[in-house]
Amino acid sequence: MEVVLELTDVVKRFGENEVLSGVSLSLHRHEVVCLIGASGSGKSTLLRCANLLETIDAGSISLFGQCLEDERIDPDLVRRHIGMVFQSFNLFPHLSVLDNILIGPVHALKRRKSEARDDALALLDRIGLTDRAHDYPDRLSGGQQQRVAIVRSLAMRPALLLLDEVTSALDPTLVGEVLDLLTDLAHQGTTMLIATHEMNFARDVAKQVVYLDAGVLVEQGTPEEIFTNPQHESTRSFLERVR
Amino acid sequence: MSLTTDEGSSPTPPLLFASRRRRLLVGRRGVIASALSSVVILGVIVAVFWLAPGGATVRYFFFNPHLMWQAFVGNPRRGLSSVGWGLVTNLWMFVVSEVLVLIFGLVIAWVRLSQSPVLFPFRVLATMYTDVFRGVPILLVIFMVGFGLPELNIGFLSTQSPAVYGCAALTITYSAYVAEVYRAGVFSVAHGQLLAARSLGLTHTATMRRVILPQAVRTVIPPLLNDLISLQKDTALVSVLGVIEATRAAQIYGSTVFNFSGYTVAAILFLLLTIPMTRFTDHLVARDRTRRLAGV
Ligand SMILES: Nc1ncnc2c1ncn2[C@@H]1O[C@H](COP(=O)(O)OP(=O)(O)O)[C@@H](O)[C@H]1O
Ligand SMILES: [Mg+2]
Repeated sequence: MEVVLELTDVVKRFGENEVLSGVSLSLHRHEVVCLIGASGSGKSTLLRCANLLETIDAGSISLFGQCLEDERIDPDLVRRHIGMVFQSFNLFPHLSVLDNILIGPVHALKRRKSEARDDALALLDRIGLTDRAHDYPDRLSGGQQQRVAIVRSLAMRPALLLLDEVTSALDPTLVGEVLDLLTDLAHQGTTMLIATHEMNFARDVAKQVVYLDAGVLVEQGTPEEIFTNPQHESTRSFLERVR
Repeated sequence: MSLTTDEGSSPTPPLLFASRRRRLLVGRRGVIASALSSVVILGVIVAVFWLAPGGATVRYFFFNPHLMWQAFVGNPRRGLSSVGWGLVTNLWMFVVSEVLVLIFGLVIAWVRLSQSPVLFPFRVLATMYTDVFRGVPILLVIFMVGFGLPELNIGFLSTQSPAVYGCAALTITYSAYVAEVYRAGVFSVAHGQLLAARSLGLTHTATMRRVILPQAVRTVIPPLLNDLISLQKDTALVSVLGVIEATRAAQIYGSTVFNFSGYTVAAILFLLLTIPMTRFTDHLVARDRTRRLAGV
């Protein structure tokens, strides 16, 4: 199947600190890849590099076969094809739920507001929050806010979604509704790269699981291979600790 | 030591009433205490002024009601300008400079925050501008503009009235402060907001306009009002260019009749202008604090 995103020997440093040490990874269309690893292992950094929110120091990243380090690349265009969802939601507090969803299509894609609005309402309907369209984000529960944030990315009709520990900031009782939405998206063939600590979820939805340790891609395989038969000692001890 | 909450196994529960002495300060008696202390403090201040050895002299030279009124209305026959009319000059200089400062400050902040390579030289200039004009005393800027520009002989720039040069000088200096206030406001918006906006593919300009600035406004308003209050007072400095505004009128009055009551009038008039603004600023700060605490 078509490769959407490809990382080749990506190196990222913050000063002296090498946060990614030669990571290679490819994501195919309609595929879900889960990134697991301890806190500080470089998951967030990897996702941000893929989105050009960080520049890399060596290696290359390509989207649809086009190298993102090419100087002809327009980062804003790249980001319009990649959705990103954050641990802390980052909804815009001064905009209503509906306007949060509309801001990308209207002000980045320059779509007509009336058209974009119909799409946005359809998306809200899908997560059962149509009646909250005109509320401000702080009136919503964490789980509702995060689902709105996911839908805000989807409104851009991105080729892939990057999700950075999207349930880590949630009250345990609210984790389920967000994971259910992601599972839905996975079944409908949304291409996703997901950093997560939810191992059961990763096992259920991932085509591939990638284990990062201190910026090194230690092991990659199907959930079956990683969770039941990890090859490396560090993978094994990590899984022991999170279980 | 054991890690339990109930230390002793005392049979009686702890007493929760305030001690006899503290009772003066809590509850309804607190109101009485605060009223009493206000009266005492006010009394002491008035007594010091009234009973001081030079008290009567000060009252005569600064608080003479008849002369205060005379200074306020002025006396054209004796060549005395009115402090009241002078204040009108302060007021329009303030309004003109205020509008210009709010706009020009925003332009400078915008340039300093821009990322476009084309604007690089302007970024350097804007940085130098804020550094220089926050550092140079405003009085010197007023002198330089007010006496320098007319000397340059460049068309209409050199033929303006002193009050206009005064406004220009105030605008130049205060724009530097206000630009920094705007910039601090932008930095006060959580970094995640910027990340989220840019990940949606919004350009730098769209991110600023749609996401960052609307949120920055809230933190910016109180410090902005502070600078405007200060600007309002500093219109008095333009008197060094010979503009007859409130303080200058008071000075003329004082040196003619050998009495300072005109200064007191000017001070009171400035207070009447600034107090509503200081109160309003405090009100905004308090409201924002309550909202933040309520998590709105
Ligand atoms: N902006 C930054 N500046 C400096 N160091 C950073 C920055 N962002 C992340 N790091 C460092 O990079 C490492 C990896 O962080 P991160 O990618 O957030 O890991 P994870 O998401 O797996 O917890 C950490 O050691 C962190 O301190
Ligand atoms: Mg992280």
